[in-house]
Amino acid sequence: MGRDDMNPSPRPHERLLMDGQEMARTLTRISHEILERNKGIEGLALVGIRTGGVFLAQRIAVRIQQIEKRDVPLGELDITLYRDDLSIRKDQPEIRKTTIPFHISDLKIVLVDDVLFTGRTIRAALDGLMDLGRPAEIQLAVLVDRGHRQLPIRANYVGKSIPTAREENVQVFFEELGQDDRVAILTP
Amino acid sequence: MGLERKDLLTIAALSADQIQLILTTAESLKEVGGRDIKKVPALRGKTVVNLFFEPSTRTRTSFELAAKRLSADVINFSPSSSSMVKGETLVDTARNIEAMQADIIVLRHSSPGAAENLARSVGSSVINAGDGWHEHPTQALLDVFTIKEKKGRVSGLVIVIVGDIAHSRVARSNILALTKLGAEVRVVAPPTMIPFGLEHLGVEIFYNLDEALINTDVIIMLRLQRERLGRTLLPSLREYAKLFCLTPERLKLAKPDVIVMHPGPLNRGVEISPSVADSPVAVILDQVTNGVSVRMALMYLLSGFSERSTLNE
Amino acid sequence: MTKKTGQSPPFPHLLCIQGGIVIDPGHVNGRADVLIQNGSIIEVGFPLTNPLSQDSSITILEANGWVVAPGLVDLHCHLREPGFEYKETIATGAASAVAGGFTTICCMPNTQPVNDNAAITKFMFAQAQEAGKARVFPIGAITKKSEGEELADIGELVDAGCVAISDDGRPVMNSLVMRRALEYAKAFGIPVVDHCEDLHLTDGGCMNEGMVSTELGMPGIPDASEEVMVARNLALADLTGVHVHLAHLSTARSVELVRHAKGQGLPVSAEVCPHHFSITEEAVRCYNSNAKMNPPLRTDEDLQALKQGLVDGTIDAIATDHAPHALQEKQLEFDTAPFGIVGFETALPLTLRLVHEGVLSLEQALDKLTRSPAQLFHLPVGSLQPGSHADIVVFDPHEEWVVDPTTFFSKSQNTPFGGWTVRGKVKMTIVDGRIVYDAR
Repeated sequence: MGRDDMNPSPRPHERLLMDGQEMARTLTRISHEILERNKGIEGLALVGIRTGGVFLAQRIAVRIQQIEKRDVPLGELDITLYRDDLSIRKDQPEIRKTTIPFHISDLKIVLVDDVLFTGRTIRAALDGLMDLGRPAEIQLAVLVDRGHRQLPIRANYVGKSIPTAREENVQVFFEELGQDDRVAILTP
Repeated sequence: MGLERKDLLTIAALSADQIQLILTTAESLKEVGGRDIKKVPALRGKTVVNLFFEPSTRTRTSFELAAKRLSADVINFSPSSSSMVKGETLVDTARNIEAMQADIIVLRHSSPGAAENLARSVGSSVINAGDGWHEHPTQALLDVFTIKEKKGRVSGLVIVIVGDIAHSRVARSNILALTKLGAEVRVVAPPTMIPFGLEHLGVEIFYNLDEALINTDVIIMLRLQRERLGRTLLPSLREYAKLFCLTPERLKLAKPDVIVMHPGPLNRGVEISPSVADSPVAVILDQVTNGVSVRMALMYLLSGFSERSTLNE
Repeated sequence: MTKKTGQSPPFPHLLCIQGGIVIDPGHVNGRADVLIQNGSIIEVGFPLTNPLSQDSSITILEANGWVVAPGLVDLHCHLREPGFEYKETIATGAASAVAGGFTTICCMPNTQPVNDNAAITKFMFAQAQEAGKARVFPIGAITKKSEGEELADIGELVDAGCVAISDDGRPVMNSLVMRRALEYAKAFGIPVVDHCEDLHLTDGGCMNEGMVSTELGMPGIPDASEEVMVARNLALADLTGVHVHLAHLSTARSVELVRHAKGQGLPVSAEVCPHHFSITEEAVRCYNSNAKMNPPLRTDEDLQALKQGLVDGTIDAIATDHAPHALQEKQLEFDTAPFGIVGFETALPLTLRLVHEGVLSLEQALDKLTRSPAQLFHLPVGSLQPGSHADIVVFDPHEEWVVDPTTFFSKSQNTPFGGWTVRGKVKMTIVDGRIVYDAR
């Protein structure tokens, strides 16, 4: 993530999985699904996992506002301090801010992330959220589910399920980072 | 990017970028202190040992709280409670502590260079919590953090350090940190308390407090060590207070939005008048709060680099 | 080191060191052989003319083009016995001395008890005799217990064999006491040696006061701490007319003061230690307690002035201030570790650096280590002239070696020069015609 990629398509080292339009349509669908499942936005809040999840949560929030004409509370969660590999890594990952400007207790929280892979990030996010309060319910929305779960975690809202090989690198690109919106498998 | 180092011994050895990284990390971690549950699991299973050869409740407590907020286990060692006997060297003591699988040793010692000496001898990360008159890097980092928080920047600010510069590790570390970050640093003290060649560290030296205060953005007061009185550095406490006490009248010489800092504990009526210490310009308690965040940041950033953790892999 | 054996095996009564370059400062400088009979030098020359050189009983020592010089003379060392035998004994100190090419060493009185009476002096002589290595000449205390108050029994000390008096390590602060010591010493014709330091100005300092001490947060010892006492001693030398020998000068101004005094004809002499003209306060930066000594390492400016003082004769002698301390003492933090470093086994190569740098000629350098110090303390050594004791050092001035303190003959290893590659290696040391150190 954060890879600077200003090349026009077709890009030589990528296999495109989803283009910008498809991403937008998928996010619209997920927004509707969230509203449908939760019967509106009463008691609902979105929490994006840094970094990609935050952009997606912001986009979903905009769509929900357009549909419901009301703002849904939006937070940003940095899971670094909850990672399960801190004690074995040699370089400490950069810590960024967790900004959740509301009390999460008794809310229905929709965690938003870009790619669901091993499930370890979500495990860390769940622990991080739990330290902040006691939500009524936590749901999970992801843009891409690429399989290879190492923990018993499943998303409630999935943009696209994509079979991948374990060693492949799935990357989501964001306009917010100066890139063309898309999802691609990077080939070495 | 990381700190890429095992120990934090001096500000002298840090680059401006490394100082920034510590500050940014501390800023992210400050949020943890505002939660209902003020604890994150980042250093779960790690052991932090506070090895304090000089009494210091404040600094030790701050490190202890920082370690606990990161879920580390904390042990406090001080010469009175440990089995330190005369003849055992610091390194002997520290090796014993290291053998207890300490990941981080926080050292306060009266000898300059003690932390560096220790860091060379053990694989654990070492954080210098004050070595003689030499350095007190975490105090400088929390001061810089507080200045940045209140002023939005450090570069270009006029900052004056008031008091016994020669015998102050806080002054030394602050001079180094603030000049690295581009502040204009002044010091003011009786000439008996200015060390040889200080001007070569890029500071402007004053002997008159009123002159030094003009146009300042930040005032850092140092604690006057009363035991210095007997060493012919000062005629009397009374005269020092007359010449160097920060009073409301003197404060008017500084910029209107000046902030006043002090590493504590205060000598009210000696270096700082109570009405200044208790006024809104004093950010002394913010310093205490920020100290925990800065120390959390350091422990987090260093924790990947202790040689012990590589051995365990 | 081999076990202490007292006297070495019986030595040949007739000995010839041949094939070396003899440098006997002021007398010989060139290719020459040295003929020794019964511990005395009987001829230096090439070819030898004395018929004994053809005697069939002669033992030939081949010097391979190495330098053959009078055994080195050290005016200032600490042998620690009695009282601190864990740091050094007279035997280990003497063994270290001869390994460094020293055949005569003068040991300071700051033992426990202090050498302020004839019994201690005689004990030191006896220990040195038993060790059978270097000649050891004790220096007696100026004041009882070196407390700086009452004069020691100086006459008795001189009678017992002390060659000078000094309160080294605890310098005499009271100028009246110093005046009286000088006046009293006049009767015995011995120099008074002073470690010039105003302890009040030192005020607990542990390194040179300067930029480095400021950066390290270390209490400093100002130049003035030495210089005010140098100035005092010069004034007292003038007042009393008695020879004052100033120990281990370390600052540029001290050199200047002595130069000026000598210009006025005052009876004053001065020594410098190899570390003070080899390294500066920068060596303290990593808090290496082996760079802690008193007087402290100073700045490059001081170092240059000391070299100049050697060149122009302001400084008469090079002395080691060999000051052994046990490892556990030097393992303390810098500010609490004791002052001092060992010096016998590095003094010659460090002095030879000045020769290799072109500061001094080899003869000048050796003069500061042989003839000149011997004359200052009226010692019957320091020359290879016929009739002299056969106290000789043979060294290769060019051989490179790496200083490894673990191989030192001294009991202690506290040196900042460990790991240095130096030039000049002692091959053989001879005292009274006996080989007391042999590394050929």
